[in-house]
Amino acid sequence: MTRKYRLNQLEELEAEAIYAIREAYAQFENPCILFSGGKDSIVVTHLAAMAFTPARLPFPLVHIDTGHNFPETLQFRDALVERFQARLIVGSVQESIDKGKVREEQGSQASRNKAQSVTLLDTLAEYGFDAALGGARRDEEKARAKERFFSHRDEFGQWDPKNQRPELWDLYNGRKMPGEHFRIFPISNWTELDIWNYIRWRQIPLPSLYFTHRRLCVRRGMSLLAHSPFIQLLATDRLEELEIRFRTIGDLTITGAIESPAATLDEIIDEVATSRETERGNRADDKRSEAAMEDRKKEGYF
Amino acid sequence: MPEKEDLLRFTTAGSVDDGKSTLIGRLLYDSKSIFEDQLASVTAASQKKGLDHLDLSLLTDGLRDERIQGITIDVAYRYYSTPRRKFIIADTPGHIQYTRNMVTGASTANLAILLVDARHGVVEQTRRHSFIASLLQIQHLVLCVNKMDLVGYSQTVFEEIISAYSDFASRMEIPDVTCIPVSALHGDNIVNRSEQMLWYNGPTLLYHLEHVQIANDTNHVDMRFPVQTVIRPQTQENPDFRGYAGKLVSGILRKGETVMALPSGFTSTITALHLPDRQTEEAFAPQSIVVELADDIDISRGDMLVRPANQPVISQDVEAMLCWLDNHPVHTGTRLVLRHTSREVKCVLKEILYRVDMHTLSRQENSQQLSANDIARVRLRTTSPLFMDSYRKNRPTGAFILIDEGTNVTVAAGMVV
Repeated sequence: MTRKYRLNQLEELEAEAIYAIREAYAQFENPCILFSGGKDSIVVTHLAAMAFTPARLPFPLVHIDTGHNFPETLQFRDALVERFQARLIVGSVQESIDKGKVREEQGSQASRNKAQSVTLLDTLAEYGFDAALGGARRDEEKARAKERFFSHRDEFGQWDPKNQRPELWDLYNGRKMPGEHFRIFPISNWTELDIWNYIRWRQIPLPSLYFTHRRLCVRRGMSLLAHSPFIQLLATDRLEELEIRFRTIGDLTITGAIESPAATLDEIIDEVATSRETERGNRADDKRSEAAMEDRKKEGYF
Repeated sequence: MPEKEDLLRFTTAGSVDDGKSTLIGRLLYDSKSIFEDQLASVTAASQKKGLDHLDLSLLTDGLRDERIQGITIDVAYRYYSTPRRKFIIADTPGHIQYTRNMVTGASTANLAILLVDARHGVVEQTRRHSFIASLLQIQHLVLCVNKMDLVGYSQTVFEEIISAYSDFASRMEIPDVTCIPVSALHGDNIVNRSEQMLWYNGPTLLYHLEHVQIANDTNHVDMRFPVQTVIRPQTQENPDFRGYAGKLVSGILRKGETVMALPSGFTSTITALHLPDRQTEEAFAPQSIVVELADDIDISRGDMLVRPANQPVISQDVEAMLCWLDNHPVHTGTRLVLRHTSREVKCVLKEILYRVDMHTLSRQENSQQLSANDIARVRLRTTSPLFMDSYRKNRPTGAFILIDEGTNVTVAAGMVV
């Protein structure tokens, strides 16, 4: 067969993701997209929009707001919602705390990362979502390497990694009991570099946080955090103004910055391709223990 | 501009002690695909286990119980790239439920790496893994004869093993078999050529993975388009748009062509073909597309567009090879849910024609029951027709899964004979 009938790897990954998104739409009654404002959920949103063109994006965007957001993330989110004429649902961690559903962590290392799972599950239940599409990728983290495209959650929102349904070919089994739900991961097989190459190819707009800028940072041990009112400074912390960018975007208190001059997609791709650290290498949430991600995922974390 | 390289999906098989994890670890390590923080994490975990060397298997064993017990419980996926190709590895556990795991890993693979220990040669497990690879129609198999360092890098040992394997492989349906002598522990012939085996002139494992031709693995002859969903915007800009969305699982589809919808049998002409970002004159497998037709005929999810002159088998009677994956056995007469392409129907297990004895690979007739990891030839009767091809001819329209109605769990993988 000639080269003519071959897809390159980005085209193949795109076709696979669109197929999975359409399966989610067809197999579930009320699916949504988990939108964090990070590049992976932005790519999933774009893929979902393309999968149903010329119809409108058929999934609402669910944002779990820790209250510790980068202002850039919120601006970007609102612009994206406008552009896709999407419905936005915000689940507030602050509200969960105020209602006494979850207690805020204390101390200098406190974050609302773990509390998010409670708000997420409550939000899914409140709106009756039976499937939530997310931008998790298997190459990100060793527990995520075990994920299925269609990943079952029991009535408590728990993931049982040792007892997952086998996933054969591309025949996804989304059958479930009432009260259970599924997480759908259309970009399971993408790597960080694939995401960047895809963003460049499809010219997908991103929050400015991904590109180099000057920012007042807190240097804490090996990590570099953006300075904000949500960070309690320690005696050993050092404040520095640096040229930085972010490789992943999450809550302000846990997302580590990297020193980088990369101002364009080409420069970012060069940097990612030659990087010797994984992108989650400086996420404080993953560093809590060897199995931090597995434990949070079992509780319903995304 | 998209990258030019393509994608190879492979799976690994071998017994626990054949050095499978070490082989994958070596492949990643020598091709510089391990990141510093991953390495730091593996180094720390190795030290915690009291090892004096780096335990590369910790790279793929991601769950806490796997790391504590030193076993692989579930399939893990690993990714790496070289300038030529991107690779997706389905790393499957070697011991418990090996059939279930190998079938899962092989179902999405173009190629399987099969490990044997140079000291033991071709063993029962090797034959079973080869049988499963052949059953799943894996087109490319690499037999890695590992631990060559423990047999003095002997050419004679290697040649005896490949001769014994060739005898056996010739009776299987695996078109392309490559044999490579390696030592995963020392890195011989994985990424770098071995200094110890100058008698070997073939490719290293990585070179082979980078260059093996996988272009012919997709069927571009038999056009099959199972409809996933119907797109009807009903907006002011697009009041009448009606598009059929799905994956073109095999074949090529052109604008202007006449197609037949199954099960209705109505025909119509393709007026537009949409790729994710643009219209096209021609689409090919495995693209995800949207099809517009000249006539408003009733088509919904689970229906299939085909060419009138090239139709699949349309039948409620399915004869298939079945891999039973669930811990609860199944008996003839059991009702199950069957998912095939975008179609879901109910079925009953009518008859078990024979079970394959996984020790001798011989046929055992008169079975009434299948247990976990059994492979059998069966007859099923469905509540409404399937549009199918034999798995050998066309993987996407020959593959199906069975689901337990009570638990909703996927209990079997099936391949239409």
